[in-house]
Amino acid sequence: MTQTAETYLDKTELVLNMGPQHPSTHGVLRVILKLDGETVNGTDCVIGYLHRGIEKLAEARTYPGFAPYVDRLDYIAAVSNSMAYCLTVEKLIGAEVPARAQAVRVILTELNRIASHLLWLGTHALDIGAITPLFLTMREREFVLDIYERYFGARLTTHAFRIGGLPRDIYDGFQKDVLDFCDYFIPKVDEYAQLLTGNRIWVDRLTGVGVLNVADCKAYGVTGPMIRAAGLAWDLRKALPYSGYEQYDFNIPTCENGDTFDRYIVRMEEMRESVKICRQAVANLPDGPVMGKVARVLKPPIGEAYVGIEAPKGELGFYIVSDGTTNPYRVRVRPPSFINLQALDKMSKGALVADLVAIIGTLDIVLGEVDR
Amino acid sequence: MNPKPPATMQTTPWESELTSRLTERYGQAISEFSAYLGQNFLIAEPDAVPDLLEFLRDEEEFDMLTDLTAVHFPKREEQFEIVYILYSFSQNVRLRVKTRIKEGQKPQTVVPVHPTANWMEREVYDMFGIEFAGHPDLRRILMPDDWTGHPMRRDSALSNMDERWVQENLGIESGH
Repeated sequence: MTQTAETYLDKTELVLNMGPQHPSTHGVLRVILKLDGETVNGTDCVIGYLHRGIEKLAEARTYPGFAPYVDRLDYIAAVSNSMAYCLTVEKLIGAEVPARAQAVRVILTELNRIASHLLWLGTHALDIGAITPLFLTMREREFVLDIYERYFGARLTTHAFRIGGLPRDIYDGFQKDVLDFCDYFIPKVDEYAQLLTGNRIWVDRLTGVGVLNVADCKAYGVTGPMIRAAGLAWDLRKALPYSGYEQYDFNIPTCENGDTFDRYIVRMEEMRESVKICRQAVANLPDGPVMGKVARVLKPPIGEAYVGIEAPKGELGFYIVSDGTTNPYRVRVRPPSFINLQALDKMSKGALVADLVAIIGTLDIVLGEVDR
Repeated sequence: MNPKPPATMQTTPWESELTSRLTERYGQAISEFSAYLGQNFLIAEPDAVPDLLEFLRDEEEFDMLTDLTAVHFPKREEQFEIVYILYSFSQNVRLRVKTRIKEGQKPQTVVPVHPTANWMEREVYDMFGIEFAGHPDLRRILMPDDWTGHPMRRDSALSNMDERWVQENLGIESGH
């Protein structure tokens, strides 16, 4: 069979599918690559494989009844989702959350940040070709999940908080478990750093890959560790504090270059900062009730509110419109993964296919949140 | 017995230096400056939105479009409310810009102003059927490409699905 001049081999651009079933796309993400040899000329993401219509489901649920669904967005950081949703509804109904509940919420979300970053670190390193860190990070993540299991009775989809506070007071020995974990964990971060930070292969694979500067981050709405790695010390826990974050002393780790290596450094430092916050919150845990005064049947007055929090992956926001009934009229999730993923095309132009794997890893996306 | 809750959104007027500058520049094109629960928003004419967002970005430092979404009110004449949530890093404040359009009306895209609006407008198109004029790549994003219907419209029931699509692609009878 003779080949015409129009065959793929003669064209300079080759179109290739990566995913939806691909180990380094972290779920069902399909990326259509336009390749010139090994160089990526452009990408087109095909998403929606995991779309479950969570925003639509909200319209048929009561306000408390929708709370368990938000865990299924970013299921690696279910507690953060719960935090954002509860804060938005509390804003709509004007509920006061008791100080003790706020502090426990902070501890649990910071533990969740650590768990989320650990899973990111393990899988990111695995994508690059370092297998060992995955086993180590999974081991440490287990301790966080154990605390969750003891407190929530669930490890992943925790249905963590209730509108107005917490479902129950903390169990006996909760503080000790958290402090034990903090003591245990810091040397482990050093261990990961020892394995990776100075590792020649790791540094060479990540440095200068997927650069995104501050102006690009703002233009593409990219938030979280990615904008901090580009050099902007912006963290919603400091900028617009919620749940009592203003009382804790912690730093916002930043870097300068905005490449994949810097994002690695930022997330590593964030885990240390989260430990600092946990320690302070446990040391100053107030006494008192864990549930505020909230009506048994929630009917927020007609109105709307947007509240965003610093989730492990970036700004997670809920925009809720109430029509005065028991069900939300409209729930809009502002998902950090969805919006950060949009920058993939920008970050991967001119990169190699092997770098693309690093870039998808560094975006730290969860497809449950991208597709909702 | 509690008093009956109010039947409209209890907004308070919002006045600041920013609102007077915007009134001066846009006049009648901005019909309302309000605040609800301490969150400021304004309602603008659809045609004025791209220029307004550009002005806010360049002159007032609202440099990030945090979110863009829509809300459907089937009983109103102007059925759709498009909501742009802006954030200013330097002033550390949020601002919501809202605009109202009728069924079939095509608002101008804001992708040239905020590239992040690309996927957000695609999602609004996918879920509500609002077409953005001038959008570089207006395709469905979450639902399948050949799906009919726009699921986030309030008059589309939760159980509503494109039975032809389900039959052809999944080979099952849906629901009935």
